Amino acid sequence: MASVHHFDHNHILSLQDLSREDIHLILQSAESFKEISSRSIKKVPTLRGKTVINLFFEPSTRTRLSFEIAAKRMSADTFNFSASTSSAVKGESLVDTARNLMAMHPDVIVIRHAHSGTPYLLTKHIKASVINAGDGTHEHPSQGLLDLMTVKQRKGRIEGLKVAIVGDIAHSRVAHSNIVGFSKMGANVLVGGPATLIPSGIEKLGAKVGKTIDATIVDADVVMVLRIQKERQRDPLIPSFREYANQFGINKKVLTAAKPDVLVMHPGPINRGVELDPDVADSPRSAILDQVSNGVAVRMALLYLIMGGD
Amino acid sequence: MAARSELLLKNGRIIDPVNGIDEQGHLLLAKGKIAGLFLKGKKAPPPSQNRREIELAGKWIFPGFIDMHVHLREPGEEYKETIDSGTKAAAAGGFTAVACMPNTEPVNDSETVTSYILEKAREAKARVYPVGSISKGSHGEKLADYGEMKKAGVVGLSDDGRPVTNSQLMRRALEYSSNFELLIISHSEEISLSQNGVMNEGYVSTKLGLRGIPKAAEEIMIYRDLSLAEYTGNPIHIAHISTKESVSLIRRAKERGCLVTAETAPHYFTLTEEAIDQYNTLAKMNPPLRTEDDVAAIQQGLKDGTIDVIATDHAPHSVLEKEQEFDIAANGIIGLETAVPLTLSLVRGNIISAQRMAGLLSSNPARILGVQGGSLQIGRVADVTVVDPEREFVFSADEVVSKSKNSPFLGRKLLGKAVLTVLEGKITFKDL
Ligand SMILES: [Zn+2]
Repeated sequence: MASVHHFDHNHILSLQDLSREDIHLILQSAESFKEISSRSIKKVPTLRGKTVINLFFEPSTRTRLSFEIAAKRMSADTFNFSASTSSAVKGESLVDTARNLMAMHPDVIVIRHAHSGTPYLLTKHIKASVINAGDGTHEHPSQGLLDLMTVKQRKGRIEGLKVAIVGDIAHSRVAHSNIVGFSKMGANVLVGGPATLIPSGIEKLGAKVGKTIDATIVDADVVMVLRIQKERQRDPLIPSFREYANQFGINKKVLTAAKPDVLVMHPGPINRGVELDPDVADSPRSAILDQVSNGVAVRMALLYLIMGGD
Repeated sequence: MAARSELLLKNGRIIDPVNGIDEQGHLLLAKGKIAGLFLKGKKAPPPSQNRREIELAGKWIFPGFIDMHVHLREPGEEYKETIDSGTKAAAAGGFTAVACMPNTEPVNDSETVTSYILEKAREAKARVYPVGSISKGSHGEKLADYGEMKKAGVVGLSDDGRPVTNSQLMRRALEYSSNFELLIISHSEEISLSQNGVMNEGYVSTKLGLRGIPKAAEEIMIYRDLSLAEYTGNPIHIAHISTKESVSLIRRAKERGCLVTAETAPHYFTLTEEAIDQYNTLAKMNPPLRTEDDVAAIQQGLKDGTIDVIATDHAPHSVLEKEQEFDIAANGIIGLETAVPLTLSLVRGNIISAQRMAGLLSSNPARILGVQGGSLQIGRVADVTVVDPEREFVFSADEVVSKSKNSPFLGRKLLGKAVLTVLEGKITFKDL
């Protein structure tokens, strides 16, 4: 792939580490790989002989499958380890697990973990490249990239767009990656939701804070809705799902404040009727299905670029 | 070489805040006591058979440093530190005495554990002053047996690491401890606010996706503790303060006449939360590292006397506890061997004087705990720390004396070092 910009990262740990040029290059590569996915023979030999390990300490069929398909389409050998099925992982410290995995000489380890920063710990103990597939409440860089890809496809640009992110900003690694990614690419990012779920210092990460939902989504080109988890009622961060749906849920009426052609996104899985009204989720304004199909292409691009493709 | 009973420290800069001394001179130690001070150009006594002389041009001679907040891990966690290894680290860092916190296994809430520690400490390289627990087992429910522990030798009381959440218990502890003149040392933390937090709450915790601890968790409890100390009329010592508002709460309480003293640790006047970048568990401790504003306020508190003591909160942990996910890695860092250069940097930065440094590291902790030392006055115990302010060294894991190596300062080039430590007239560490 011809490109002026040289991709110079061994690991994909966070969008904070990537430059604007890096992100451009990833999105550009992903577009080319998307074309492969539409062919009848979907395999290319690019990563033949390479080993990719999916190391998932949290269940996530969607993200794991997406990485697995991406690796297979590039002819890499893939292995899956999950904390729930593998005795090699159960009860072992992460550092021990990493050392054991090195016996397989992996080229890439894709890791999902409930604790923030775990991918960084992994890089200190192994030689392979590490891709963060979601760590605690830190980041989910491949999800952020595919959201950027989806918006670019649907809106033709990212620069200058108004992107509103609504809901549990504090606990959402997707929100963190999106705030960093969209603001880095020149969008104006606003976050809104219950003040209990807006983390301190979020402005410095690249987002303005809207006091009300209306103020957050007014004139928005994109509204990203985050999943609200049941346990937030216990913490106590919100009074109830019912109150949340009434005050902060995104429905057709609320969306009238946004631009008429607003694009609605959700990293899934959706609590229909809580953070997002079914009418909106299934409407043409929703980009939820594109988000899934772009995932494989973005992950192919990441594997390709960290393995030295240029 | 035959053992010589006297020690003459020649041509050093002698610093004693108790007597307002800061000048060149010689110091004579004999029979375990400070035996002579030769100042204002007075000649040193002539050489003698039973007197060893050490030339100390360019070095600073302080009353022995006392670290009033360390964790020696014995009994129970000897794989992290022992009384032997911890006091060797103390001597190497320039300390002649340490007060050890009771969060051992079992907790030091009894005569038995106190005596065990003191027995182990008999041959140690530094004096060991056990601190007993405020509550039985540090469970925060019932008062521990203060009278029994006092008799066995504790110098103060603390539930360090497990803050006293029950205000009634804290009130009664302040009252009951007064019968035995034992100081309450409070680890002030409102745990319903700090919850499972692992670092300071703010932009950096948001960026890293780590659960934050708001500064208010510390400040609210300090306010409670000050309020109870004033109400009961008893003294209180606030451990390891880390925020700007904590300094100002204590400053105002002192102005009102509250019997409060306070300590901070070198990391709180040296590092900010940015040290955690990339999930460095060696910068994880409780209270957590804060922001630049807080560091500046802590330095100001050290300068104006609001903060009385620099104590290290020396908290050894093995690689097992630290080489982990940040969320589950243990809190705490070792501090005995870096306190001197880090404090000296305040002197070099004209934030504190050498006399104030001696106050913070020696005479104030001696006074607050009611223990010997803290001055170079003739007749006092011959506990002495000699520092070379110009000695540069790289703090490397290989050279750490403590059994554990968990320090965020590893690999740093540090300026200034303890080069001679003398305990009751005997050299416990020498690197001249
Ligand atoms: Zn403490």
